[in-house]
Amino acid sequence: MSTELYNDGPVVHQATFIDGSSVEIPELRILDQDGITYPNADLPDIDQALATKIYHSLAFHRVLDERMVASQRQGRLSFYMTALGEEATSVGGAAGLKPQDMIMMQYREQGALIYRGFDLKDLMNQLFSNAGDLGKGRQMPIHYGSKALNCMTVSSPLATQIPQATGYAYGQKLQGTDAVTICYFGEGAASEGDFHAGLNMAAVQEAPVIFFCRNNGYAISTPSDEQFKGNGIASRGVGYNIKTIRIDGNDILAVLKATQIARAYAVKESKPVLIEAMSYRLGAHSTSDDPSGYRTKEEEAKWQSHDPILRMKNWLIKQNWWDEAQETALFEKYREDVLAAVKVAEKVDKPHIDTMITDVYDVPSAQLQAQLDEVKVHVNKYPEAYPFTAGKF
Amino acid sequence: MAQIKLLHAINSALDIAMADDKSTVCFGEDVGHFGGVFRATSGLQEKYGKARCFNTPLVEQGIIGFANGLAAQGSVAIAEIQFADYIFPAFDQIVNEAAKFRYRSGNEFNVGKLTIRSPYGGGIAGGLYHSQSPEAYFAHTPGLKVVIPRNPYQAKGLLLAAIRDDNPVIFFEPKRLYRASIGEVPEEDYQLPLGKAEVVQTGTDITLLAWGAQMEIIEKAAQMASNDGISCEVVDLRTILPWDVETISKSVMKTGRLLISQEAPLTAGFASEIAATIQSECFLHLESPIARVCGLDTPYPLALEKEYVSDHLKVYEAIIKSVNY
Repeated sequence: MSTELYNDGPVVHQATFIDGSSVEIPELRILDQDGITYPNADLPDIDQALATKIYHSLAFHRVLDERMVASQRQGRLSFYMTALGEEATSVGGAAGLKPQDMIMMQYREQGALIYRGFDLKDLMNQLFSNAGDLGKGRQMPIHYGSKALNCMTVSSPLATQIPQATGYAYGQKLQGTDAVTICYFGEGAASEGDFHAGLNMAAVQEAPVIFFCRNNGYAISTPSDEQFKGNGIASRGVGYNIKTIRIDGNDILAVLKATQIARAYAVKESKPVLIEAMSYRLGAHSTSDDPSGYRTKEEEAKWQSHDPILRMKNWLIKQNWWDEAQETALFEKYREDVLAAVKVAEKVDKPHIDTMITDVYDVPSAQLQAQLDEVKVHVNKYPEAYPFTAGKF
Repeated sequence: MAQIKLLHAINSALDIAMADDKSTVCFGEDVGHFGGVFRATSGLQEKYGKARCFNTPLVEQGIIGFANGLAAQGSVAIAEIQFADYIFPAFDQIVNEAAKFRYRSGNEFNVGKLTIRSPYGGGIAGGLYHSQSPEAYFAHTPGLKVVIPRNPYQAKGLLLAAIRDDNPVIFFEPKRLYRASIGEVPEEDYQLPLGKAEVVQTGTDITLLAWGAQMEIIEKAAQMASNDGISCEVVDLRTILPWDVETISKSVMKTGRLLISQEAPLTAGFASEIAATIQSECFLHLESPIARVCGLDTPYPLALEKEYVSDHLKVYEAIIKSVNY
């Protein structure tokens, strides 16, 4: 092996630089904002049933985000993160996969879980960190995860899931299963070392992983032009010799198409793919953030006119698969469902005190047991100071 | 039983683990055909194929990130970090990811099938970047197990146990002993318990405690002290986290004195944690302050390595001081 393997350019005798402009990156768009497909567009594999399922997920996502921000403002919930304006990236990505494919989320992809059928009750239990939470009330709201649905539990440190996705996909390949891993991250997280580690290793080790970048323009307050100077994230895929596609992330059909072809390629060739979905974070970074300090209303208004859910609705209506009456009824039903679920989840007890020491190891050590016993004695001595657990063990 | 080197005991454990479970994968920098810079993975690629034993790019955070994903998927992931001094780019993947994987998901997911192997410690003229003993950093992280063997027999049995333990384990290998430590090792599969210290030599006057390459140092010091009529109980901690408080406490209650020797710097080393716990457990039994014989609070030196590191003479002096307190 030597550098001759990839040095396939011509030998020249004048010193000239090359730069990113040598590679022109097209952006796939299938659907315009009025819901009309471009005449020569390469449509994804979609029928009315799939379209309806996708739209229901998008609608539910929008309602969930609205209701949960309101709950946070009312002081019922500690924290929340919406995916306003970029719901198509998570829902469309999940729709382009099979149930056995692993989904590794960053933290703004609850749409993928919703599409996979994560129960509303499970969502709420996680958000209220109560005894019913699959994660046992240990992580902040929106850190969902489900083994049954092949959705890896969210982890706050950014980009750590990227090399993990490579390893997960490598294991799927070794075991010869018809399964891939999709890994979501933002354009800000792509500055982390783990991004480069994960992509390079996926290319070298030939792992069937789909890297899905949501380029939504902002990492909290930092705009993408202060994050990198290259041609988005797609240009990096080219550098790692990973099959790469840039798409309009607000075009559900483009997201679906790209994910479908990425999956087919990853399975057939056992190699990675990078999708860069261009979108915009219409909401705040989280309920702890206020975007008015770093961007204009005009900028937001421009992107509001690219609403991915409205775009899909326009298309559905043109297909005669949807109408305004259905729209109103669906949103109303979801609002009622979410509100009812909030009322139930917020009344559920906090996790049992014994869960403090479980899952640190497969079995709690004697030292951990002794530490827990000390806490219990203390709680019993001052019960009024520890209302979540006092009298409950 | 054959007499083999510690390095070959490691290789034998990996060979058995790979033969035993087809989902076992070994990887790291130069780990493939070359067999690792110390040759711990020699012959494994030839035997089990390139898909199960391979080189990775030079990216420690990627190696451990990849290993976390692979283990979460259900494969047995054995990652090598070429030198413990170079484990720090992977600190986040170890401390924030591997250690918390099970806890944060409520046991929906875990990386119990992960083992990280890494040569550690001084004595090879490696200077500050090929000599460190970073066990204390990881001992501060609930969710990890940290294991260090002292000889070939221990290395094989503990490594097999580490690989099969259902928790992420960091296995630090004393690289000074890779070829210097030779001992009888069964060819077959066997495991030694994690979380259990071992009393290597019984005694009555003072407990000497260490792990890894420091074991032969304290054994030599114990021999010197015995010429003075001092009876030392010599204990190998073996597992740094979670550590065997019971065995150490029992020994100290008997001898009334404790000396801990470690290669790492004094301040906030694991010896400090042991000292704090043992003074609490054995306060009324102690005849003298708990002694720590450690490296200085400096980077690991090159030319002045002998002066820096805890050796049998420093340990011997500390024994005398403790007994005469």
